[in-house]
Amino acid sequence: MTIDLKTIKHISKLSRISVDNEKAKKLEGDLNSIFKFIEKLNEIKTDNIEPLTSIAETTLRLRSDEIKSGNIRDKILQNSPKENKDYFVVPKVVE
Amino acid sequence: MKKDNFNYYIKRDSNKYEVIIGLEVHAQVLSNSKLFSSSPTKFGAEPNTQVNLVDAAFPGMLPVINEFCIKQAIKTGIGLKAQINRKSVFDRKNYFYADLPQGYQISQYKYPIVGEGKIILDMPYGQKEIGIERLHLEQDAGKSIHDIDPKHTLVDLNRSGVALMEIVSKPDLRSPDEVNVYIKKLRSIMRYLGTCDGNMQEGSLRADVNISVRAEGSKEFGTRCEIKNVNSIKFMQLAINYEANRQVDLLEDGKKIDQETRLYDTKKNQTRSMRSKEDAHDYRYFPDPDLLPLELKENFIEKINLEIPELPDEKKKRFIDKYNLSPYEANILVADKETSEYFEEVIKKSDIKLATNWITGELFALLNKKNLEITQSPISPQNLSKLINLIQNGTISGKIAKTVFELMIDSDKDPKIIVEDKGLKQESDPKELEKIVLKIIATNKDKVEQYKSGKEKLFGFFVGQVMKLSEGKANPKLANDILKKKLSK
Amino acid sequence: MIEITKLSLCELIKNIKDKKISSYEITKAFVERSEKSKLLNSYITEDFKSALNKAKKFDEKPNYNLKLPGIPIAIKDLFCTFGVRTTAGSKILSNFIPSYESTVSKNMWNEGAILLGKLNCDEFAMGSSNETSFFGNVQNPISKNLVPGGSSGGSASALAANLTPATIGTDTGGSIRQPASFTGTVGLKPTYGSCSRYGIVAFASSLDQAGPMTKNVKDCALLHEVISSYDLKDSTSIDFKRKLYSKELSKNIKGKKIGIPKEYRVEGMPNEIEDLWSKGIEYVKGCGAEILEISLPYTNYALPTYYIVAPAEASSNLARYDGVKYGFRSEGKNLNDMYEKTRSEGFGNEVKRRIMIGTYVLSSGYYDAYYLKAQKIRRLIKNDFDQAYKKVDAILTPSTPSSAFKIGEKTNDPVSMYLNDIFTVPVNLAGLPAISIPAGLDKKGYPLGLQIIGKAFDEQSILNIAYAIEDNINFENNISDWWIK
Repeated sequence: MTIDLKTIKHISKLSRISVDNEKAKKLEGDLNSIFKFIEKLNEIKTDNIEPLTSIAETTLRLRSDEIKSGNIRDKILQNSPKENKDYFVVPKVVE
Repeated sequence: MKKDNFNYYIKRDSNKYEVIIGLEVHAQVLSNSKLFSSSPTKFGAEPNTQVNLVDAAFPGMLPVINEFCIKQAIKTGIGLKAQINRKSVFDRKNYFYADLPQGYQISQYKYPIVGEGKIILDMPYGQKEIGIERLHLEQDAGKSIHDIDPKHTLVDLNRSGVALMEIVSKPDLRSPDEVNVYIKKLRSIMRYLGTCDGNMQEGSLRADVNISVRAEGSKEFGTRCEIKNVNSIKFMQLAINYEANRQVDLLEDGKKIDQETRLYDTKKNQTRSMRSKEDAHDYRYFPDPDLLPLELKENFIEKINLEIPELPDEKKKRFIDKYNLSPYEANILVADKETSEYFEEVIKKSDIKLATNWITGELFALLNKKNLEITQSPISPQNLSKLINLIQNGTISGKIAKTVFELMIDSDKDPKIIVEDKGLKQESDPKELEKIVLKIIATNKDKVEQYKSGKEKLFGFFVGQVMKLSEGKANPKLANDILKKKLSK
Repeated sequence: MIEITKLSLCELIKNIKDKKISSYEITKAFVERSEKSKLLNSYITEDFKSALNKAKKFDEKPNYNLKLPGIPIAIKDLFCTFGVRTTAGSKILSNFIPSYESTVSKNMWNEGAILLGKLNCDEFAMGSSNETSFFGNVQNPISKNLVPGGSSGGSASALAANLTPATIGTDTGGSIRQPASFTGTVGLKPTYGSCSRYGIVAFASSLDQAGPMTKNVKDCALLHEVISSYDLKDSTSIDFKRKLYSKELSKNIKGKKIGIPKEYRVEGMPNEIEDLWSKGIEYVKGCGAEILEISLPYTNYALPTYYIVAPAEASSNLARYDGVKYGFRSEGKNLNDMYEKTRSEGFGNEVKRRIMIGTYVLSSGYYDAYYLKAQKIRRLIKNDFDQAYKKVDAILTPSTPSSAFKIGEKTNDPVSMYLNDIFTVPVNLAGLPAISIPAGLDKKGYPLGLQIIGKAFDEQSILNIAYAIEDNINFENNISDWWIK
């Protein structure tokens, strides 16, 4: 599986990381060598194996429906890069 | 009621198109706290005051699931006669948006908590079964506000993380009317169960509409478009109509329909394309590693089953069987659990027929006028029952009852007392009535002559005179009988 | 005159409890030494003034019933600390001050410990040499221009250089054990679910575990006892009976069966590593334990599996770093532009690489071939261990395939960097506990570690085995303080 420049542009868009052409070229090289390394997994047949999605040997803990937090607006907004006492502020979305 | 035929088709000259509709309804779960965090869920709070560190996706924050939300989803699944899946998985749906602080939404993809089910619709042309594909739990997103600041979008995360049930129907709907009945039925079931309040104005119920068209008789499905986030039934119906026609126009022109997501513009009554093909989201679903698969034990589900109240369909059947109501009447009385409870309270001591008429007639008109829910009715079921009994036992006439009803609105007083105070008892003493009738006959000799010589319509005049003279209190039936008797002499 | 900073954690605690030294004296000693050691670049944020104040306060009203009474400790900058900058070694969090505390660090402060400062690490814990940190490389105190290992490089470096008596790090693919091996210190990665992940900047959720890094095994047992707890705020935290690891620490490992996995004998492995391993086997035998050859057939597939699973989870975990709620933001002409600029400028190259890999392996059309496949192989790897543990109680392997390398030596080839984790990664995939203890020196005089892997929730056994052979190994770090002028 080789990764080409087009794929790099696509992934960079999906992951919201802008990549200029020079960086994209370097990434192409790096990612391809990493993928060559990963391709080793194709050696194994895994048709009837259950994927292991959770390593924690326990059942999902259920929380009771009580309100235990909230009303900490100042705390929530205090690290905000753009100051506003009520909201998070971001540049306009282009629809 | 006459059985109509189904007739929603898009027609062009000799071509007839069927409209295929599937709905994805997002219903906010009624719960105190959010799905994966312990923040409150109440509507209308000051921005960002119902947000904690988990909701705002601070570094190192982790989700912990709300047991009650799981129960609510299972309850709803039972209400939809659906398969409850003993094992389900929470997946991350990855995309970027200002009101999605994690950069992903925790949802369910391959293994939802509820599987296939159904909803029965009562249509003028008969009962129709709409299949439910699945129901799953997911997080709601926050709100992006675009119109306060011209250069910026403001983000309120109060709603971020509130539990949603996404209910996906099979593409079994065929008209805006069916959509209307479907949404109302779904809403009714959830309100009966107390799992969602179905309040579309507050956003607790929203729908995405999937719609395609095909030539009548065709077995294949056409290309479908999705109309996102329609928040009222009326707009859903308008959007469907517009979109169906748009698609038919394209086909008639020999053009292809692009599979895309569209938005409904309420001002222009049009749908327009939301995303181009290149920007199609790749959500990269994968099981959330911060959570474990949800495994439901049998006794957990059993306990929930025991909490299920009588649901609309069952109640309707019972009302028809037990109270001899027509399906039409039963439908109206069970659509809303509170209405059915009001009704059953009234008929504990009153005539069923009268109760049905007074509730669906006068009471509903009153509630509509004052924009009240039946739980806010100014007239209690007990007092309405008493009013009906006063009619039943002849104390007052139906017409007087309407007056008493009006007087009850302001005070919810016992109608017996109102009748006493205002002297509204109807006159049912035959001797008294005879006196009145004879007086009228005596003072209207010419009209009596005309009546006797064939002008039967004049009977109404005499009835009116009796009412006038008795100040409306004459027992109508008795008065009529006596009038007839005396006039025929 | 006791050199305070040379004492072990347990020795310091004893001295405090015996009222021989005060918390203030201890804290001052570590602060002064740390201030002289800026060349190592182990710290990202110093909290010295506050630490000295807390020490004073402790001395005014000492509580000797606590397990870490008045002990100053610096911790990896991946643990969110209330009011103290937490950066995860990244530009994107370079100005982030949490208004909350991680459970693991809170457990330590509750037992009387005092925060000295936040230690350098690879950016978002992605790296094996502490060369990806926005705040610069860390020096291994063993020798100039040597990497300390990673991602808990700053922790290992500070510990080995005696700038902190003990520390905590995180381990996702070897990030505690590998730097421990490179710096001649002890590092434990607990069973997955043993330590809470609440408040730890997440890298790969199904692999991350916090763990103690100390100068000896006894210290390690005590610190682990303090930090391991069941946490309701972490759905992957496990409620099991946690032992008093330090109390039950014992050198008696007679009759224990120790497995030697033949697949860990990799091609081209340096002789020194072989020799170290053989020595370890002899020590273990000498303590009365039994040695058995075992097979873990899927070992060779662990690294590629890890480099699919970890980046996939990371790509999603790091999506929250978008410049909206906290951290660095680069203004853009619209929302998407802001996202792209912020993340492009805020993340370093290794992090960007891994996010891209992760995004790709989860993307439409590739999920089955990569992510799903990797999760299946992960099950096979876990099964290997489950099978082995039917025959043995623990497994002994080298910690790393080499000793510490030079700064800059492997930065051009990501794959050669990844190969550092070859012995440690299978353990994270299987969720098992493992400890690395310094076991010898290579011919350059650099430390090498031995790794003991245990059964799930059986940290006690591996601590005991480590305790037993530590005695026999009698390892001593030769640190010359070359960075102090």
